[in-house]
Amino acid sequence: MATLAPPASPEQVATATTAERGSSLWHDAWLRLSKNRLALFGAGVLVLVSIACLAGPLFSSYGYEQQFLELGASAPSAQHWLGTDTLGRDLLVRTLYGGRISLAVGLVATLVAVTIGVVYGAVAGFFEGKVDAVMMRIVDIMYSLPFTIFVILLMVFFGREIILLFVAIGAVEWLTMARIVRAQVMAVKRMEFVEAARSLGFGKSRLIFRHILPNIVGPIIVYTTLTIPSVMLLEAFLSFLGLGVQAPMSSWGVLIKDGAEKMEEFPWLLYFPGAVFSLTLFSLNFLGDGLRDALDVRSSKD
Amino acid sequence: MFRFFASRLLQSALALLIIITATFFMLRFVPGGPFTAEKAVTPEILRNLEAHYGLDQPLWKQYADYLGSLLRGDFGPSFKYPNRTVNEILGDKLPVSLELGSLSLALALLMGIPLGIIAATRRNSWIDYCASTFGMTGLSVPTFVVAPLLVLALSIHMGWFNASGWYSPEDRVLPSLVLGFAYAAPISRLTRGGMLEILSQDFIRTARAKGASELRIIFKHCLRGGLLPVVSYLGPAIAGILTGSFVIETIFQIPGLGREFVNSAFNRDYTLVLGTVILYAALIMMLNLAADVAQAWMNPKVRLAR
Repeated sequence: MATLAPPASPEQVATATTAERGSSLWHDAWLRLSKNRLALFGAGVLVLVSIACLAGPLFSSYGYEQQFLELGASAPSAQHWLGTDTLGRDLLVRTLYGGRISLAVGLVATLVAVTIGVVYGAVAGFFEGKVDAVMMRIVDIMYSLPFTIFVILLMVFFGREIILLFVAIGAVEWLTMARIVRAQVMAVKRMEFVEAARSLGFGKSRLIFRHILPNIVGPIIVYTTLTIPSVMLLEAFLSFLGLGVQAPMSSWGVLIKDGAEKMEEFPWLLYFPGAVFSLTLFSLNFLGDGLRDALDVRSSKD
Repeated sequence: MFRFFASRLLQSALALLIIITATFFMLRFVPGGPFTAEKAVTPEILRNLEAHYGLDQPLWKQYADYLGSLLRGDFGPSFKYPNRTVNEILGDKLPVSLELGSLSLALALLMGIPLGIIAATRRNSWIDYCASTFGMTGLSVPTFVVAPLLVLALSIHMGWFNASGWYSPEDRVLPSLVLGFAYAAPISRLTRGGMLEILSQDFIRTARAKGASELRIIFKHCLRGGLLPVVSYLGPAIAGILTGSFVIETIFQIPGLGREFVNSAFNRDYTLVLGTVILYAALIMMLNLAADVAQAWMNPKVRLAR
């Protein structure tokens, strides 16, 4: 190099150190994620769909249960952008309202599942030994149970309440999270800083929740993102069987069910809800995959 | 190996007992009975009905009686179809669901594994991208969207298949294709991941250095290890295919166990619900056990870990 580098000014030193601090796990992950176009696309679509579902109905003059019986099922038009269903209800408004329910189920049930899974997995991984063996054997057994069947029974017998739907789905989907958290906790608890914290006399719950769990937030985020689509699928599956959300409320599963029943004459009733639902699931899966690659959760060289 | 198998068998039997017990008591404690829907049943008739089905006995005795008859292979009478036993109904419906399930599983493996292998060996080629698009589609577009769309396109517009029913061999095509496709997607992803993992190992480089052909490397050296993730996924996949058939059987109006289960739950036909749950649970556990054994056979690590 012919050019002489000027001596580093104090500001440059400062930026260098912040850059160094900035290139933490999260910064790296963000850089990798921002290069993944599919993941960004997914994130963008999710933001758009969420805003549309939350705000969209406010700008519409139609209610989700408002019927225009004389109109009946009408194809998309200037008044009803996505058309109307057989009772003359505006499909766009119903799709957006349905999205609220589907997204809410996705978020709340995932929250239930993640909470159970993280606590269960952390306890099993932290205590190891007999506790772990028993807890994980229970998970093994539950993995092999036909859980969907129990969710169906619950929904049939105890009324089709949305709250119950949240809990039932959440209670089913925590198993994978528990396994992942357990493995991660086992790895992290052997590190020196945990040893140090232990030697300072911190209690077990403080060790788990303040020292170990914050270090495995990455995998938890990734699998949370990947749990949401499977939870939403289960909700739609139940609604499709008539066991989930009940009319006149709507969810994407309910709308797809209606659409599938009437697709011969009124195919748009199937197309739009199906497309929005699939697009949302695509986005969640892309984002989840992107996060997994960005946070390098799997140790494989894939 | 034998100890492994025996302990797994014991575990399954225990889990089955738990399921039977849980379902039995859940059904007894839910509000509303199988005869509440019947209109104008006088208390007297209700008592007679309950006596006829043994519902007036103390709960523990009902439970013991039920377990006893289960051991004899008797699922009891159906509450809703007075002339039929649960055994007859299950015997009618199970073969249909098994046929649909095995066709779907076979299709899923036949589509997913080759696709995953090709994607792994031609990494980052167009075929890899096609495979990953395929995988994403399978994960994101649910069967109850794919199935109606295919019916609309291929049955209603093109007239190639019947829109519903389960009579001729052609009627098998659409349902098993849709259900198989949903599981081909994760299988192709798992195969690709597993194969890539193995392909990056040192012993593969050694094999290459010794001049082994690419085909030999794939089939002789990689496949056994590379398919391990798929084998461990088989258990959940089978459970998923069996329960996934609820929706498929509803859409295509297939007279299988899945549709019967949902109907029996709506009808509160206790014995039929119990029978279906037990049958499903036993089936899924048996197949899980088979998948576990296959896994232990392919991967010594699993055997030694216990």
